[in-house]
Amino acid sequence: MLEIKNLYKTFNPNTVNEKRALSDLNLHLAPGDFVTVIGGNGAGKSTMLNAISGVWKPDYGTIRINGVDVTNLPAFKRASLLCRVFQDPMKGTAPDMEIAENLAIAARRGTRRSLKWGCTRANREEYRALLAQLDLGLEDRLSTKVGLLSGGQRQAVTLVMATLKNPKLLLLDEHTAALDPKTAAKVLQITNKLVTENALTTMMVTHNMHDAIAYGNRLIMMSEGRIVVDVSGEEKKSLTIDQLLKLFEAGSGSAFVDDKEMLSR
Amino acid sequence: MGFLNALPGAVAQGLIWGIMAMGLYISYKILNIADLTVDGSICTGACVCATLLLNGCNVFLALLLAFLAGALTGLVTGLFHTLLGIPAILSGILTQLSLWSLNLKILGKANVSISSRSTTVLLTSLDNTNAILVAGVFCVLIVVGLFLFFYTEIGLSVKSTGDNPDMSEAQGVNVKFNTVLGLAISNGLVGLSGALLAQYQGFADINMGRGAIVIGLAAIIIGLSVSRKIKPNFVVSLIGVIGGSITYYLVYTFVIYLGLDTDLLKMLSALVVALFLALPHLKSEYFTKPKLPPELAAREENMGGKKDA
Repeated sequence: MLEIKNLYKTFNPNTVNEKRALSDLNLHLAPGDFVTVIGGNGAGKSTMLNAISGVWKPDYGTIRINGVDVTNLPAFKRASLLCRVFQDPMKGTAPDMEIAENLAIAARRGTRRSLKWGCTRANREEYRALLAQLDLGLEDRLSTKVGLLSGGQRQAVTLVMATLKNPKLLLLDEHTAALDPKTAAKVLQITNKLVTENALTTMMVTHNMHDAIAYGNRLIMMSEGRIVVDVSGEEKKSLTIDQLLKLFEAGSGSAFVDDKEMLSR
Repeated sequence: MGFLNALPGAVAQGLIWGIMAMGLYISYKILNIADLTVDGSICTGACVCATLLLNGCNVFLALLLAFLAGALTGLVTGLFHTLLGIPAILSGILTQLSLWSLNLKILGKANVSISSRSTTVLLTSLDNTNAILVAGVFCVLIVVGLFLFFYTEIGLSVKSTGDNPDMSEAQGVNVKFNTVLGLAISNGLVGLSGALLAQYQGFADINMGRGAIVIGLAAIIIGLSVSRKIKPNFVVSLIGVIGGSITYYLVYTFVIYLGLDTDLLKMLSALVVALFLALPHLKSEYFTKPKLPPELAAREENMGGKKDA
């Protein structure tokens, strides 16, 4: 589903701040894979997601999604293939538009927008049913401006928007990190439900090792722009945090350092 | 009596400027861009219309071409901004400056009069009842048109482009195209308003757009402060903006009637707009009382009581 080959990216080249963010990154995801991604500060997790979603062009290497070479495609043209949920709940929704209108924008992802009615009554019924699944009472607030919702509610709406058109690839960039623990757990539970029900190929970056082990069928750890640990199947199911840290040391040659992760333990 | 006699004229001008203010609403409120092109494009609309009318062009065709000329200026600003990466506000200033030369070329000289006696015009200040009717019909048509457009798939995506460009791009919206489209529609309306204004006042002048953005902003601020309280939806907002524009011209007429030095009017407009733009900031910075939880509030009260005793 996703194929990354020999990907390189260096920021601020030829300056004192030169930083090699991705270094010969290779990754292959099978359809339906739910991969959790962990790594220390500056390991290249977000850089990898930026490369996949087309924030900039990589220096070298290719990215293919569902067989399509997207390496040189601008971000909005990749939208039919992938969808991304950011850490900041404010980033994924338009605050001054209604919940239904936000969903309507997402529902037209990947199709040519025309002068047809942008949000029909039939659409609204469809969105009402989708929101009802969240169990947050949002189905009765279709005409509410999204800006009036809480961070957790907005992130839940963003998730529904992201999964609405069954993207080939769903990218979750620490999407629960800005929420309080209770809300984060709820949003994570919604995530798991949406991902497994729709069998979406998903990459979820997280700082929480428990979550990384508990969710998904595969786990990768990154260090210095490469993947250093890659476990899946039965091996991942029985994984413990201590084992994971040992695997990381063996793979990267150094101990795992990540203040956010340490604090969240 | 003098003021009452001037009222119909103020309403007519308010309606014509209301079209301009709706155009500005698209860039300022929907796209979230302070587009200074309007100072030039309103004049471009007037110049195009005047020149065409004097050359015997049909008045409706002249209005259409004035709209398109305005849209073209918006297109230029949009391309400066999206294609060349120039900040939006500077793009508008650049277009506005170049339009000054262009408008002079279109008009041929600094001031051209279009007399309603020798040319067919839709509205004129000599017949304010008719002018109010014509401008009113245009306003209604534009409100309906904008309402329909902004609830289509493209229209909604233009709204989301202004509201959250990151999210829009992630949802496959062509943010750059939408910005250019929005600016074109916005300035098209401004051009149309300029064309109607030239007909109404009977001349086109190379300086007639100066400070237009301030008048438009005043109309938007006055209008929204009222319409927001009624119902914060799109149509009510647009009607509010037209109402704001009429209010502006009523006040304008009133202060002239009071005998204010007309040389000072532009400064006064600017100060009024500055004050209204500053209000939300002033309110949150200086006039917001912290809300104490009940138990704290009770304690404060007790302490106050002890002090007295």
